[in-house]
Amino acid sequence: MSETLDKPALNIVGTRPIRPDGADKVTGRAAYGADHSMPGQLVGKILRSPHAHARIVSIDTSKARAVPGVKAIITASDFPDLASEVLEGGEQASNLRDLSLNVMARDKALYHGHAVAAVAAASSEAADEALARIKVTYEVLPHVLDVEPAMAADAPLLHAHLFTEGLEAKATAPSNIAKRHRNVRGDPEGAFAAAEVTVEGRYTTQAVHQGYIEPHATVAAWAEDGRCEVWSSSQGQFMVRTYCARILGIEISDIRVTPAEIGGGFGGKTTVYLEPVALALSRASGHPVKIVMSREDVFRATGPTSGSVMHVKLGASADGTITSAHVDLKFQAGAFPGSPVGAACMTALACYDIANFSIVGWDVVTNTPKVAAYRAPGAPIAAFAVESAMDELARKLGMDPIALREKNAVRNGTKAAYGPTFQNIGYLETLAAIRDSEHYKSPLGPNQGRGVAVGFWFNVGGESTAAVNIGEDGSAVVVTGNPDIGGSRASMAMMAAETLGVPVDRVRPIIGDTASIGYSMLTGGSRTTFATGMAVVQAAEKVILDLRQRTAKLWDVSLDHVVWRMGQAECTDPAKPDKKPMTLAALAAQSARTGGPISAQVSLNAQGAGPGFGVHLCDLEVDPETGHVTVVRYTAAQDVGKAIHPAYVEGQIQGGVAQGVGWALNEAYIFDRQGLMENPGFLDYRMPVASDLPMLDTIMVEVPNPAHPFGAKGVGEVPIVPPLAAVANALRGAIGVRIPHLPLSPPVVLEALDSKAE
Amino acid sequence: MARVTLGSECWPFTNGQSDFDIEAATVRDVIAALDARFPGLGAFADKRMAFAIDGVIHQDAWFSAVGPDSEVYLIPKIGGG
Repeated sequence: MSETLDKPALNIVGTRPIRPDGADKVTGRAAYGADHSMPGQLVGKILRSPHAHARIVSIDTSKARAVPGVKAIITASDFPDLASEVLEGGEQASNLRDLSLNVMARDKALYHGHAVAAVAAASSEAADEALARIKVTYEVLPHVLDVEPAMAADAPLLHAHLFTEGLEAKATAPSNIAKRHRNVRGDPEGAFAAAEVTVEGRYTTQAVHQGYIEPHATVAAWAEDGRCEVWSSSQGQFMVRTYCARILGIEISDIRVTPAEIGGGFGGKTTVYLEPVALALSRASGHPVKIVMSREDVFRATGPTSGSVMHVKLGASADGTITSAHVDLKFQAGAFPGSPVGAACMTALACYDIANFSIVGWDVVTNTPKVAAYRAPGAPIAAFAVESAMDELARKLGMDPIALREKNAVRNGTKAAYGPTFQNIGYLETLAAIRDSEHYKSPLGPNQGRGVAVGFWFNVGGESTAAVNIGEDGSAVVVTGNPDIGGSRASMAMMAAETLGVPVDRVRPIIGDTASIGYSMLTGGSRTTFATGMAVVQAAEKVILDLRQRTAKLWDVSLDHVVWRMGQAECTDPAKPDKKPMTLAALAAQSARTGGPISAQVSLNAQGAGPGFGVHLCDLEVDPETGHVTVVRYTAAQDVGKAIHPAYVEGQIQGGVAQGVGWALNEAYIFDRQGLMENPGFLDYRMPVASDLPMLDTIMVEVPNPAHPFGAKGVGEVPIVPPLAAVANALRGAIGVRIPHLPLSPPVVLEALDSKAE
Repeated sequence: MARVTLGSECWPFTNGQSDFDIEAATVRDVIAALDARFPGLGAFADKRMAFAIDGVIHQDAWFSAVGPDSEVYLIPKIGGG
């Protein structure tokens, strides 16, 4: 048992105070990426490829430079031609050359929307005119959009230097297949041969966008002395700093990045698109440059997640014990290697204890935007296939779908399919929460169906820094290096307040720029409340130690005789019964005389993030005349460790479900025959809005993580894992036919209903 | 001796061998021992792999303790969204 969990009853953690960023957001005061401006600022705009795949023969900017008001035009020749190199600095290692080439195409445009040049001008009109006058000569090449055609031996090659990694024999010819992942346990073929029941299916999903409301935006200024300032909306100011420095070939110490308020990221803002371009334009023009993406730009040029083709086979004995599994996952990476298929392979069977399995994953480049992380990258896609197959298996066995999952569930001590042995997991409790819910026992109406699906995500820790500064009135400022994309300011303030023993409204949480706080990994991987929260608590504990030491001197007692309780120092020395407790405010008021300002900073690399499990239950109703599907009731249960701010945790769960339902029912990139995206806007790319969904019910299961001071586990990614399959399984129940391809849009459902009627 | 299992990403260095008993007190010791047996594997594992020690994942953590009977499982580093 950790010290954490032995703490006395909590006063603030677990309550629902008003969010500290709420007033700014509802009044419009919050300053997002596009809200920042500088004197003398120019408008930056980007010219994008009109082709899905084309060699760039030449770029003539002479006529564009003659446009009045144009101050700079740049192309790839204004960036260093970088060698292929693994770059650490984001959440995961990236290839520096690929990162740079995605920011600005050099020899080839690899997707419709790929940046090929950029302009800085005194006005938006001048910038537009200049873009129109840049003459790019392209040699249009054959393109390939979908994953299986891209894997064919005769497919158009995106990269002549790309050879498949992960094969038994070293690849001798270039291919669009960047990597094969493989994980085998036991004897899957032998177990299939002995299985009493098998199910098998081919499943497909489409590329979908993270759909954040705020488009990417940045302002960058390159001063005469080489010092650079960047303001941008991202999930990590330190990530922006590292990537910009490496792409532009300058020192990290020359760049200061200030994080703007962020209007959603969901993983899609864990890389750079605009910042290096704005910096290069600023260097060339001598002015600050602001670039703001349009919604079209966001869809055409920033990462969606992968489309996929998957094959799943399950074998079981008649009592429901799964004896063998085979999972084959083919994922689009977009223009450069790096789809989330590796994580998909690791999560695909993570909820199940199966003695024999093989999992194979394929990372495949295509002429589509390079994919970016999207909540629990890869896991929802794999779960759609595996959980759909599980539903089919339950039907074939005549078993309750939760009973089947309980029978085969991982538990503490189970060796996960991806290797390690599980500890402190709350999966069985989460299954039980749904099984015992009123929702699960409720009857269905006409044309309705019910689906169950489960999901897993690792959650991560990593490097974080936090500072706690005490004001002379006893208030506190908590500074961290993590943009707040899901309520981290509230949870940081609450954990600091709980530790210090002061009211939460006495703590102001802020996010520091890269020159004001120590390094922190970006906000992602459901890590911030866990890892940065740990740094906040430790910094607050250092403050308390300092306060106790000062008080011990004031009272002339040993440190052991000063305890910190409910926001004040108390004397436990029986020889000093006259010593009255001293509050934080009283100690802060005399800090100058007792040693100076009261402040502490902690930097750490947090380990021991607890994995999370979710179990979802979806009821939907089908209109048999139109094929339209309405989700009528939804309950999501999740092991959250300890909910620091329960309303935010519920919001994270509801947000994940909403995005997952959109992925299941409507969202897809639509391309024409030339490989050009036809629906780059929210009218044609249909994401759910509030009126599309019922109230999404949540059940928080609290199985604490002993590695965290208050038991927290990451919560932001698990809830997007099960919904795709939960919806698909509910639709299967409603119409009696399995549709294994997403999205389950009305024409697709109608077609299935028609084929059933025939 | 800790029982170390390598994920398939490491197998090109080991000719497919995946399980080893290694004397190690820390993750750094495991990396060094792997590199001594299979040159290049240490640097690869350090950059690309996470170390799950008795079920708890450690990333970029050289000084994380490895017990004499620990299970150490090397898996690809994990990111997220």
